[in-house]
Amino acid sequence: MAGLLLSSTEKVFIVHGVQEDFRSDGRSNIDYRPMELETDVVSHASGSARLRLANTDILVGIKTEIDTPKPDKPDMGKIEFLVDGSANATPEFEGRGGENLASSISNTMQRAYHSSQAFDLKQLCIVEGKQCWKLYVDILILECGGNWFDAVSLATKAALFNTRIPLVKALLMDGGNVDLQLSDDPYDFKFLDVGSAPLLVTLCKIGEKCVVDPSAEEESCSVISLIVGITGNSKSYCADKGASNITDVDIKCSTISMNGPGSLAPKTLKNAIHQGM
Amino acid sequence: MPAADLLSSQGLRLDGRRPNELRRIRCKLGVFTQPDGSAYLEQGNTKVLAAVYGPHQASKSKMSTEAVVVNCQYSMATFSTGERKNRPRGDRKSQEMSMHLRQALTAAIKTEMYPRSQIDIYIEVLQADGGTYCASVNAASLALIDSGIPLRAYVTACSASLGRQSATHEPLVDVSHIEEAADGVCLTVASLPSTGSIALLEMSNRLHMDHFNIVLTRAMQGCRDIEVILDGAVRQHLAEGWTKQDVITI
Repeated sequence: MAGLLLSSTEKVFIVHGVQEDFRSDGRSNIDYRPMELETDVVSHASGSARLRLANTDILVGIKTEIDTPKPDKPDMGKIEFLVDGSANATPEFEGRGGENLASSISNTMQRAYHSSQAFDLKQLCIVEGKQCWKLYVDILILECGGNWFDAVSLATKAALFNTRIPLVKALLMDGGNVDLQLSDDPYDFKFLDVGSAPLLVTLCKIGEKCVVDPSAEEESCSVISLIVGITGNSKSYCADKGASNITDVDIKCSTISMNGPGSLAPKTLKNAIHQGM
Repeated sequence: MPAADLLSSQGLRLDGRRPNELRRIRCKLGVFTQPDGSAYLEQGNTKVLAAVYGPHQASKSKMSTEAVVVNCQYSMATFSTGERKNRPRGDRKSQEMSMHLRQALTAAIKTEMYPRSQIDIYIEVLQADGGTYCASVNAASLALIDSGIPLRAYVTACSASLGRQSATHEPLVDVSHIEEAADGVCLTVASLPSTGSIALLEMSNRLHMDHFNIVLTRAMQGCRDIEVILDGAVRQHLAEGWTKQDVITI
């Protein structure tokens, strides 16, 4: 992890702690760190949220724009994720330094929200085939203390919950063109249904055990972590193999590559489901 | 030329301030644990975060044997402006901002204290409502103080414009976004108020030389006022002593 130096003894200490189900900050393997969530923090955005998970700090701002839907999905809106690692978090992110990590997080988020059970894009439709809302979800990482994926997904859900979509007052159809008139009243808006928006749970394999919500120190001890997307409705989480919600297997150590995930997927998935409930 | 409608007939500005009134400044030092120094500053609706890393060993290509290398990066969150920005940094405006920040901050830092080293100063604009440069300099100044890097003096920045009320010209301090957009003059000054010297001065639009002095004086007065506010914040931060977070990190 970013700029973190741990000696081998420190690593051994962490690994042994995890085996005993007692981590260096006093948590057990399935405990989260305390989090602090604030919504509606940026007045220029339609929706925003700030999440502080121990010392991971995420700010999410959502902006809305009118766009034309894709021809193959005429009744669906669009959602786009952009992750920006601020250099405030670590000097390594300066310039284009954070781009790899940022794109891996945004791709994971994009995939998690892609499934129709996860987030209903139909609620963003204005006129079928002609106009829809496009949500720009801009995620800013302000400080990194490990477990980005979980924090980003939580903050995004909160920001979506807080997003105000203006109501359309009048529609003018002129030949093939649609002319929209939005309500001028700033209190004329609707909220989105985010009940089933996915949350990501990272399981970090340390030694033989898996932990949730790894801190930066713990992440540096683990060679592999599995990220599972879980939708809000506990009945409909997509735990099947190959379902689009099982998003990403992130391999920190490239030498073990595909061996790692195959051998641990069933067990960690079980863990993840427990955590998701 | 001063834009005609920046001042109402009652002598109030577009957002209801008086000509010599700053926007409300709220600031906090030590908001993050990871950087060596950090600060958050709100100037009206402009919100800025600053983080300082260093001094640490400079990379080979940048290293200077005489003085510390000050490295600044200015970036704006994509949701910070009314229109969505496509890129948070790397565009011309951000690069220019980074350069100007470096210029103003290098003037304040005692650069000769740390040869062969580098100080990184990162600015993140969370919400932009005019005067982002000024807010960035002020936030960076606080972050530098939080990191304990020796400074010659506080470095503060303030902008000023010129409005017209009937026949008299009146300088306006701390220009907001609507005033910037109204196409008036905008003079930005970064200065070290306690020594009275100017670290950076920039002006856009046309201004008659006759009025230059009053606008500059008003901007310098703004810098002095901001210094008083920042100094108060620093003293309060120190008086609070050990915060909870300090205890956790140790």
